[in-house]
Amino acid sequence: MALSRKKNKESNKRLSLKLFRTMLLIRRFEERASQMYGIRKIGGFCHLYIGQEAVAAGSITSLDLTKDYVVSAYRDHGQALACGLSPDELMAELFGKKTGCSKGKGGSMHFFSAEKHMLGGNGIVGSQIPVATGVALKLKYKKEPGVVLCFFGDGAIHQGAFHESLNLAKIWDLPIVYICENNQYGMGTDFKRVSSVTELSITSSAYGIAGEQVDGMDVMKVYDAVSRKTATARNDHVPGFLEIKTYRYKGHSMSDPATYRTKEEVAAYKEQDPILLLKVQMIKNREITEEKYKKLDNEIKEICRNAVSFAEGSEEPLVESLYKDIIA
Amino acid sequence: MAEKSMREALRMAMDEEMARDKNIILLGEEVAQYNGAYKVSQGLLDKYGPERVIDTPISEEGFTGVGVGAAMAGLRPIVEWMTFNFALMAIDQIYSNASKMRYMSGGQFGVPAVFRGPNGPAEYLAAQHSQALQSIYAHVPGLKVVSPSTPYDAKGMLKSAIRDDNPVIFMEAELMYGWKGEVPDKEYLIPFGEAAVKQKGNDVTLLGFSKPMSVILEAAGELTKEGINAEVIDLRSLRPLDEHSIYASVRKTNRCVIIDEAWPFASVGSHIGWLISKNCFDFLDAPVELVSSEDVPMPYNHTLELAAQPSAEKIIRAARRTLYRE
Repeated sequence: MALSRKKNKESNKRLSLKLFRTMLLIRRFEERASQMYGIRKIGGFCHLYIGQEAVAAGSITSLDLTKDYVVSAYRDHGQALACGLSPDELMAELFGKKTGCSKGKGGSMHFFSAEKHMLGGNGIVGSQIPVATGVALKLKYKKEPGVVLCFFGDGAIHQGAFHESLNLAKIWDLPIVYICENNQYGMGTDFKRVSSVTELSITSSAYGIAGEQVDGMDVMKVYDAVSRKTATARNDHVPGFLEIKTYRYKGHSMSDPATYRTKEEVAAYKEQDPILLLKVQMIKNREITEEKYKKLDNEIKEICRNAVSFAEGSEEPLVESLYKDIIA
Repeated sequence: MAEKSMREALRMAMDEEMARDKNIILLGEEVAQYNGAYKVSQGLLDKYGPERVIDTPISEEGFTGVGVGAAMAGLRPIVEWMTFNFALMAIDQIYSNASKMRYMSGGQFGVPAVFRGPNGPAEYLAAQHSQALQSIYAHVPGLKVVSPSTPYDAKGMLKSAIRDDNPVIFMEAELMYGWKGEVPDKEYLIPFGEAAVKQKGNDVTLLGFSKPMSVILEAAGELTKEGINAEVIDLRSLRPLDEHSIYASVRKTNRCVIIDEAWPFASVGSHIGWLISKNCFDFLDAPVELVSSEDVPMPYNHTLELAAQPSAEKIIRAARRTLYRE
């Protein structure tokens, strides 16, 4: 169940802890994934989420995934973890094992879970945006109370798929919130060099959808903004759009050394690290102590170590599975 | 049995299926208030309402992706493209999403949707609006690709397509919507992967599908007058392909002409030619012939556009070549 933010100390503490734990899990999972990529246990493209944790955690924690849905893009590890997919099945998927969330057929860019309402994972920039819009059409047609969160990067903003989808969502009054995770680089290109406007939040206004810019390094601000937008989408059948400003510490993918930006720029963002910021806040509010933090961090590191062991110990898919799951 | 046009047969299929299953919706350009660009969906808006028969703007990538997402989430959408020419705008949704979703998700998400509309050469429409695009869909694993040649088949095959748990590309020949044929009112389904033998013969096999079946049958009639008894096979479904019927016929006649109105390079027709050469090599008494579209964009001028397409005459000459009579 989604946690609600009330003026209640206990429930605020629960929410803070939940958000903190999710962000820390994403961070430690990605650090492990990075290591495993380094020793070639993981191949192909691997787009890490380090630095952007507040976006997935703050957004998805506000959902009820028995009713709501999440659709994401190629940088999908964070969303999958926030949706509650287990680190074991995700690491196994990165290892290409048959115990992976997509049975080793999907890999990094194709995390799926029917049970957790996680509909990808999509490797084509912007391709998931119409798909997410279709999921929202299903909710409306079936008169179900859910909402869809559709994640994409700043690179996808310029695809026709984005513009077509917002238009459709508006004319059909669909319960969907589009979330542009503006990490400021579409692969190696600074978004300001290729965007006619640099306030991406205004791009939805052409379709009659109110956009809003959110500080994506502050998980509480993300949680609040998404909660507001999803409430409007659910109750008033008005689609929403958020540009959540964030930053990735690593390159676009594991093969990118990210030499197109300065060390100073990265260092400045690390000072407003979303995990660090929340930790300081929680210590101030006496919601966590340094000691409890260490304990939690160790627990999570252990979970991620175990995920690696699970993935390593899992079997390869049978070669006979090559021809499975193409046609029903 | 009542005579119905192709468009009526297609409409009957959608109507019967929509009455049966509320998860079926129809969306696309002009399908609702305009009653269908080619009047295939005429009356369906009145019967099923705007929640199930949905007009879209001209944004093929967007609404095709909507069909994919809605199907992943439990609906059974029929997506109508005004023509397959415009569906090129949506090819990413078909190539990257519809066809591969089941595989990429380890079997968790299927896309039970039908993507349909007019395909193939028409008249006086020039290069962008008059072409046969089946090869690009048949190329991708994960799709079913079918193309009926009669109103009877159209109804039975569209009903099968709608009930199929896979994405089905359903190609209707643009010039065939007004063609008539017998269509029973009773419920029937035509399974995919079963070709139809339209005429039995022993001298040469003529293989085709969709609109060219009419010139193929015309050619077969002419060939009979020359004492050549052609076996005529309508493939009906390209994926799955009824290889068994193809080989059985070629092993009997030892000669084959494939007719495919797409371009010859890397097409369904050229692929079948390879299959036959591989699986019927010892039975062949002549090289397999392919009568395709000429390898040119479609011209506007009518004389030129007819010259660009398969014709009865081209088929007759190809058949004669297999018999070393030309």
